[in-house]
Amino acid sequence: MSTLFTRRTVLTGMGLLGLGLLSGCDSSPRLNFKYGKDLSDKIMGRTFKLKNTEGETVTLSSYRGLMPVVFFGFTQCPAVCPTTLARAAQAKKLMGRDGEIMQVIFITLDPERDTPEILDRYVKAFDPSFEALYGTPEEIAVAAKEFGIFYEKIPAGDTYTLSHTATSFVFDTRGNLRLGLQASLTAKECAEDLLTVMEVC
Amino acid sequence: MTAVQHLKRLTAGLALLGLAAHASAQVQVTDAWVRATVHGQPSSGAFMTLTADSDSKLVSVATPVAKDVQIHEMSMKDDVMRMGPVDSVALPAGKAVKLDPNGYHVMLMGLTGQIEEGSQVPLTITVETAKGEKQVIQVQAPVRALNGMEHMDHSKMH
Repeated sequence: MSTLFTRRTVLTGMGLLGLGLLSGCDSSPRLNFKYGKDLSDKIMGRTFKLKNTEGETVTLSSYRGLMPVVFFGFTQCPAVCPTTLARAAQAKKLMGRDGEIMQVIFITLDPERDTPEILDRYVKAFDPSFEALYGTPEEIAVAAKEFGIFYEKIPAGDTYTLSHTATSFVFDTRGNLRLGLQASLTAKECAEDLLTVMEVC
Repeated sequence: MTAVQHLKRLTAGLALLGLAAHASAQVQVTDAWVRATVHGQPSSGAFMTLTADSDSKLVSVATPVAKDVQIHEMSMKDDVMRMGPVDSVALPAGKAVKLDPNGYHVMLMGLTGQIEEGSQVPLTITVETAKGEKQVIQVQAPVRALNGMEHMDHSKMH
C-alpha cells in the first residue's frame, strides 16, 4: 500500500544526522511536523487524573510506552467528535503495525450525561482499542484546564449542547506532549505527523 | 395475492408518488442520512441537502424516533467548535444548501431507542416560502455507521 508510511525513511534520515539525535526524547526539544502544531515546548496535560470506563483511576503515566492521542468531546456531539474519532481510527489503520502503540483517549466534557457504559460503547464503535475517561464535573474542569480546552454549555430547548476545543493532543511514548492535530486535518496528514512523533523515542 | 391487495398496494404506491411529485415542485431534499447511535446514546444528527425553487427557509424537522428535534449550526474558529440552535435556515432560490457535519445539521434529541446502521428514519421536513406558504416533505433517511468518515469541507474549517 503506497499510503502506508514506513519508519524506514525517517530512520534513514535520522541515521545520517548521527545517533545522537536518537539517544532520547529530551535531547530533541522541537519536531518538524508537516501539518499539525509542534507542542514540544508546552507544558500541558501532565497531571490529569480521571477514571476509565472500568472505574480505574488513570493518569498520563498509565499510558507509558504508548503514544496517547487525547481528544475532549461528548457523545451527543453530532459532528466534530465522531468525525475526529473516525479520523483517528483511520490514521491508526494507515500506520499499519506502527499504529499499534497509538492509544486514543476520549475525555468527556459532559460527565453529567455521558455514563461510563455509553462512553465505552461509543468509543469502541470507532476502534476497539479506544478508551474513554470520565470524572466528576470538577475533575473534568481541572483536566480541561490543564490542556487549555475551552468548553461551554449552550442552551438548546429543554437541554443543552456544548461548544468545545476540537484539537487532538499527542504525547510521545515517554509522556512528553508533542503534537496538536487540528480538526481540519485529514487522516493521512495525521498519520504522517503521528509517525514523526514515533520516531522520537 | 388477491386483487384487493393488489389494488391497495397500487393505491398506496400512487399516494406516495403523488406526495413526492408535490414535494419536488418547491423544495427538493436529497442525500438525507442519519448517524447511527450506540445503545443508550440519547441523541444523534440528521443531514441532507435542500434545494428550493424560490427563496424559502427550513423551519422545522420532526421524526417519530426523537422527542425533540432542533436545527443547530456548527462553526469552527481557531480549532474551537461552536454549536447552537437556530430558528431557521435560509434556502435561497436554486441554491443547494447542505446540512452536513461541517455546518447546519438537524439534532435528534431524546431518542426513543437506538438508531441502527442500515435502518431508515422517517423525517418530516417543513419549509416556508418567502410568501409564508408552508410545504411539508416526507423523507426516509438511511442510517449510516457512527464511525463513517464524511468528506471534510476544508474551506469552512480554516
